Amino acid sequence: MRNALPVLTVVGVIVVIWYIAAIWMNSTWALQMAERLGRDMEFTDLVVATMTQDRPLVAAPHQVVVALWDGVFGHAVTSKRSFVYHGFVTLEATLWGFALGIVIGVGLAIAIVHSRAVDMSVMPWAVISQTVPIVALAPMIVVVANAVGVEDRLLPKAIISAYLSFFPVLVSMVSGLRAPNQMQLDLLKTYGANRSQVFWKLRLPASLPYFFASLKVAIAASLIGAIVGELPTGAINGLGARMLIGSQFGQPLIMWAALFAAAILAGILIIAVGTIQRAADRRMGVAR
Amino acid sequence: MTLVILALLIWLVAWWANVRLAETGARAARYAVPVIFGLTILVMWELIVRGLEVSPVILPAPTAIADRFAASLGTLWIDFVQTVVKGAFTGYAMGCSAAVLAAIIIDRSPFLTRGLLPVGNFVAALPIIGVAPIMVMWFGFDWQSKAAVVVVMVFFPMLVNTVAGLRDTDSMQRDLMRTYGASYWQTLLKLRLPAAMPFIFNGLKIATTLALIGAIVAEFFGSPIKGMGFRISTSVGQLAIDMVWAEIVVAAIVGSGFYGGVALLEKAVTFWHPSQRGRA
Repeated sequence: MRNALPVLTVVGVIVVIWYIAAIWMNSTWALQMAERLGRDMEFTDLVVATMTQDRPLVAAPHQVVVALWDGVFGHAVTSKRSFVYHGFVTLEATLWGFALGIVIGVGLAIAIVHSRAVDMSVMPWAVISQTVPIVALAPMIVVVANAVGVEDRLLPKAIISAYLSFFPVLVSMVSGLRAPNQMQLDLLKTYGANRSQVFWKLRLPASLPYFFASLKVAIAASLIGAIVGELPTGAINGLGARMLIGSQFGQPLIMWAALFAAAILAGILIIAVGTIQRAADRRMGVAR
Repeated sequence: MTLVILALLIWLVAWWANVRLAETGARAARYAVPVIFGLTILVMWELIVRGLEVSPVILPAPTAIADRFAASLGTLWIDFVQTVVKGAFTGYAMGCSAAVLAAIIIDRSPFLTRGLLPVGNFVAALPIIGVAPIMVMWFGFDWQSKAAVVVVMVFFPMLVNTVAGLRDTDSMQRDLMRTYGASYWQTLLKLRLPAAMPFIFNGLKIATTLALIGAIVAEFFGSPIKGMGFRISTSVGQLAIDMVWAEIVVAAIVGSGFYGGVALLEKAVTFWHPSQRGRA
């Protein structure tokens, strides 16, 4: 809470800069219109004219809020014009990709910790996989999924999400499963514990704080994957598709509102995962 | 079918070799094992695609992709220059230097730092890629709009890392500089910026991938008739999947090379840092 005032100040400054940018960027068009009508424009008229355009270069903050409000509450949640509907489409892909990413990340991490050969073979390629821009693969994953006979667009989007979100989980889980020190491992050896007992009773519990810490990064990456997956593929449902439609059909307000709807969704997901993480930390006895 | 069985045999042999190599723990094994693993995957891909006669529209064989790559070097080069050199590199340089300058300015005010770090952290986690259509609307179809998307995408991760890095000196070090009678700028140049380098390079490395993603995605929203994103989306439309794979190969090489280059630079600049010491 100590940071509330500075944060609010920064957000306030950003909104003010945004309004100034809106006036400045939209004024060209407003002046042209006025000239065409043969009217002079006072500064106050100009400001009003830049705030209320249907196709502004920079949508003013209140226009975005109105469009967002209309998108969320103005239509039934099942309507194709509702952001709630599109948000759920994106959220579904995000969560499936997130789950898939966790399974792949944890599975690979377990294999890596138990086998030196897997560690040395897979780890360098996992790092390289993240330097390859996934968007290059995205359209193709969709086409291949179609060709193989998967009709709905959920699976390709989930695959792209999983590709982006498995890496943070993998890296954290490898450090987490290796977190027990030699003394703890030696103790279990004196108990005569076998490998699976060491795994279940020592390595896995020790890795849980690392696991939950990585989830926050993974869910953000997963949402980016789902939105990127909607952009190049001609999808018609989902927040990414709303942005594309807004851009192609000259409705910038929808584009701006979809962008902020995606930001709000990201915020909700990060806060939700953060809550789970704190609850887990408390149960695990990690001091905060 | 024989080819598929052959592929499985090759897998078993290569895996056995890797296990043996990994057990030796020799230095050469650190490089040999991943290379063998990668080659095995490629060979299996080739054999399975041929063995099961997978349609090239779904998955072309590696040799087909290599053929296409060699045959269209000219096109790939034009796309590379358009997307990577003009779009990604320009935006990367502008975005990263702007973020470092902004961080140095913000750092002078503790109030601003406390306000901007949470906001910056939050924005860095957002799907910023969504500004791509807006930038295309502002700056037109050519590379300028791509560079602008890249600037916005790399700015916040870079800013957050640099601000965190500038705070990484402890009071003992700062007091020492004060006893030397160092001015603000001397402290900044001789102590705080060098101390921030590990954080700055962390940001620079994250930004390499973001820069390429931004430049390619922005092309899906409109581009001249060249560029990697343009080529990928049109080739997918024509079902020329081998061309898409050739572009993916370019993207993979550029992505890894870009990241590797920044990592090498990091090694040269932050040789004193514990994470770099003791590595050959």
